[in-house]
Amino acid sequence: MLMKKIGGIEFNVMSPELIRKLSALDVKTPDTYDKDGYPMEGGLMDPHLGVINPGLRCKTCGQKMKQCPGHFGTLELVRPVVHSEFGRKVEELLIATCDACGRIAVPEEKLKKWREIDDPTEIKVKRILLRTKKTKKCPHCGTAKKEIMLDKPTNFYLNKERIYPTQIREWLEKIPDQDLVLFGYNTEKIRPEWFVLTVLLIPPITMRPSITLESGIKSEDDLTHKLVDIIRINLRLKDNIDAGAPQLIIEDLWDLLQYHTTTFYDNNTSGVPPAKHRSGRALRTLVQRLKGKKGRFRYNLTGKRVNHAARSTITPDPFISINEIGVPKEIASDLTVPELITEWNKKDIIKLIKDTEEVKYFVRANGARKKVSELTRKEIIEEVETGCKIERQLKDGDIILFNRQPSLHRISMMAHKARIMPGRTFKMNPIVCKPYNADFDGDEMNLHVPQTEEGKTEAIELMYAQNQIISARYGAPVIILDEDGVSGTYILTMDSTKLNREEAMQYFYEMGITELPKPKNGNSWSGKQVFSAMLPKGLNLAYRTNTYKELKKIHPDKDPKELHSDSFLKIEDGELISGVVDEQSLGEGKGELIHALFNEYGAGEVEKFYHKTNRIVGDILTKKGMSVGLDEFETNAEIEKVKAKAIKEELEEAEKLVEQFKKGNLELIPGRTLQESFELRMMRLGAGTKDKVQKEIMKQKVEELLSDNPKYNSTVMIMSGSRGSAINITNIAGLWGQASVREGRPKRGYRNRLISANKENDVGATAGGYIQQNFMQGMKVKEFFYHSMGGRQGEVDTGVSTKVSGYLYRRLANSLKDLNVANDLTTRSANKNIIQFTYGDDGVFPMKTSRGKTINIARELEKLNK
Amino acid sequence: MLVKKLRSIMNHFLVPIHEIIPEEKELEIINKFGGKKEKFPNILLSDPVIEELGAQKGNLIKITRESPTAGKSIYYRVVVK
Repeated sequence: MLMKKIGGIEFNVMSPELIRKLSALDVKTPDTYDKDGYPMEGGLMDPHLGVINPGLRCKTCGQKMKQCPGHFGTLELVRPVVHSEFGRKVEELLIATCDACGRIAVPEEKLKKWREIDDPTEIKVKRILLRTKKTKKCPHCGTAKKEIMLDKPTNFYLNKERIYPTQIREWLEKIPDQDLVLFGYNTEKIRPEWFVLTVLLIPPITMRPSITLESGIKSEDDLTHKLVDIIRINLRLKDNIDAGAPQLIIEDLWDLLQYHTTTFYDNNTSGVPPAKHRSGRALRTLVQRLKGKKGRFRYNLTGKRVNHAARSTITPDPFISINEIGVPKEIASDLTVPELITEWNKKDIIKLIKDTEEVKYFVRANGARKKVSELTRKEIIEEVETGCKIERQLKDGDIILFNRQPSLHRISMMAHKARIMPGRTFKMNPIVCKPYNADFDGDEMNLHVPQTEEGKTEAIELMYAQNQIISARYGAPVIILDEDGVSGTYILTMDSTKLNREEAMQYFYEMGITELPKPKNGNSWSGKQVFSAMLPKGLNLAYRTNTYKELKKIHPDKDPKELHSDSFLKIEDGELISGVVDEQSLGEGKGELIHALFNEYGAGEVEKFYHKTNRIVGDILTKKGMSVGLDEFETNAEIEKVKAKAIKEELEEAEKLVEQFKKGNLELIPGRTLQESFELRMMRLGAGTKDKVQKEIMKQKVEELLSDNPKYNSTVMIMSGSRGSAINITNIAGLWGQASVREGRPKRGYRNRLISANKENDVGATAGGYIQQNFMQGMKVKEFFYHSMGGRQGEVDTGVSTKVSGYLYRRLANSLKDLNVANDLTTRSANKNIIQFTYGDDGVFPMKTSRGKTINIARELEKLNK
Repeated sequence: MLVKKLRSIMNHFLVPIHEIIPEEKELEIINKFGGKKEKFPNILLSDPVIEELGAQKGNLIKITRESPTAGKSIYYRVVVK
């Protein structure tokens, strides 16, 4: 391929001479078509400006529609107008220069000095303007300097008196080249008088084609409409001048011409009412075509569309692998994959063409394509030889890319293998929801089919789902079992879980074990035994579980290991000895078990593990029923006693604080005022009392769960870490405690009080948003209002933070997207500038680490000890 | 400078170690990273550290930083105006 390097691009303003030279036609009439529907000679649709009808030839270049690029025309303006986009530039020049001699109103010596300073243009201009704004007299010719005012975008006033584009143009013409250099102008290529248009460049027809509607009525492009306006006013202005009309009328028409040219360039110029279509819709003129999300750049140039892609709703299917995507038959038969015919597959392919409908196209070695149909099938079979290609339907095992927007990180698009299935939705294993951030409430996802061997290889090597289990961001599992998955494994591995013969047979069979192992305890099989069957031989692990943490909270002075064996997980030679499999083993960013499996047995083993757990967990939860009833939140006398005590304490303590606050002898918190200290104290007090109730509730709940016959599902969820927390259960069964808005007690509302039902200046606990009830009891009226205040803040926060963080993230991602690690391990930008001398300044790839640490020493030591 | 500097900012714990690379060693380092000095990161001549070091425009500066993951990380910057 011929590669050429672009040396540079130069942008400039067109001179009137250049515009005339470029012109293929001088447009004279505002009409487009005559009554017979033929383009008018000298009109805006003159065939000299290009062709848009297939079959016709261009009158300028003689080529047909596809070849003719279109040609520019010109319109000689009867009176010049200021180009609206250059109003600011013109203003600069007029402020700085003298209207009599055109020189910058600064003494020559100073100018000479300034010419020698090498500063950025903006600074140069700023310096000139700062100096000349104050100047009263031109130092070159002695004329008094007048004040220039710009009424945006294009009206100029000299000493409060309107000056017209003709005068402006004459003035700009007077400015000598040597002075323009100081404004950063390249005087060989640009002159400021070109900012005042005397001739208008008319874009070719190809850029503003007319559309013929079904009814036969021709509809013109917005640009054409605008040009018609300009030409019409131009003509009227000419007639009026020729007829010797009064100055006032001429000036009005002149302003109108200025308006139309301004809106021709930008129909959103500030200070100018946008030109409207007959229907009232604002016209889409030049700037609007390029700008913004729907503009040429973001919509047409950056936003490219692809073939070989599909989109559909997603639905879960836990019985397929995390590497698979269920593709509906209907979609699979539309998507194609090219396959090269070789000596080795020639026979199979001929059979495929002959016996099935799967082959859609046949591509000869020279690239000629032929559609396979009943008519062509026979001759195509004759033609099959090595080096040719077929394009066949998607089939099981084909590599595809699966993606969900917004594509915020690399795992928003992963490679999977297709699995053709009935139905009309894409099916995916719910485990891969996490990286895609997908759920099944109607989410749609995109599927792409790589078309080359390189593409397929790259996809599988770099993006295959199972290879993404460990996050490249923080070096811990991201593709994880969550929610029901964790609850399920927790229930399975609890000491109290005992399986009868039937269940054990089913679970072992699902894991591919056809011979029933001997029961571990008496005549029932333990859940731990079943779980162990999912682990590979030789795996050794030991770590604290979530139970450890919870027990430590309840009994800070005791060793959780002694309280219950499940607080410490131990796997020896692939056998789960003690411990429950919870979030610590499986969760995001923790996942000790998953990480160990991945590192020591490879991604395939994790995939197998997920496959097995999905089946068994699904069955366990279906049988048990992971639902929560009201009985789970019923309290006993003991909890009520603790609660009553906590509330009493809260109220008493609060009263004391209020008293101290009112007297002003409250102990201050360093760096806080009296008011702030008081508020903070009240918040802390509320949190403290709630904590006491929470502890009591959790103590009872945990004890119940660790007993021989636990029955509460909410505790399972909290203890396994799959969903919910102790705070949630306290809110339902205990008390809500202090309502908070912006990390403090709610304060705004009525004068000196929160709600009108409170007394003024009451700063006590109850008046400050303390809620004594819980969700089971229901709140008192006042409490309900306090609660809503906090609730509203939560709602607002989620809305604001998604918006703000989304945009921040977009900016960050766009600025970093071209960075890459070069062969010498330096991080470089797109133009090969060095960003980092070794990647990350330490050369570590987080995906290959253990939560950022290059080596997990504890784990390595453990292995050595074995 | 109107205010005389009383202390060296180089001693501050947040300022990493800056050193001027002697000219004879410069080429070796530049060649190690692709041989193009203009592709190196820059540091302004007016940077307080550079002013104190007395480095000239075009000098190569070696910056040694403490890093929790890499122990010591070395960075280079070219002095520009």
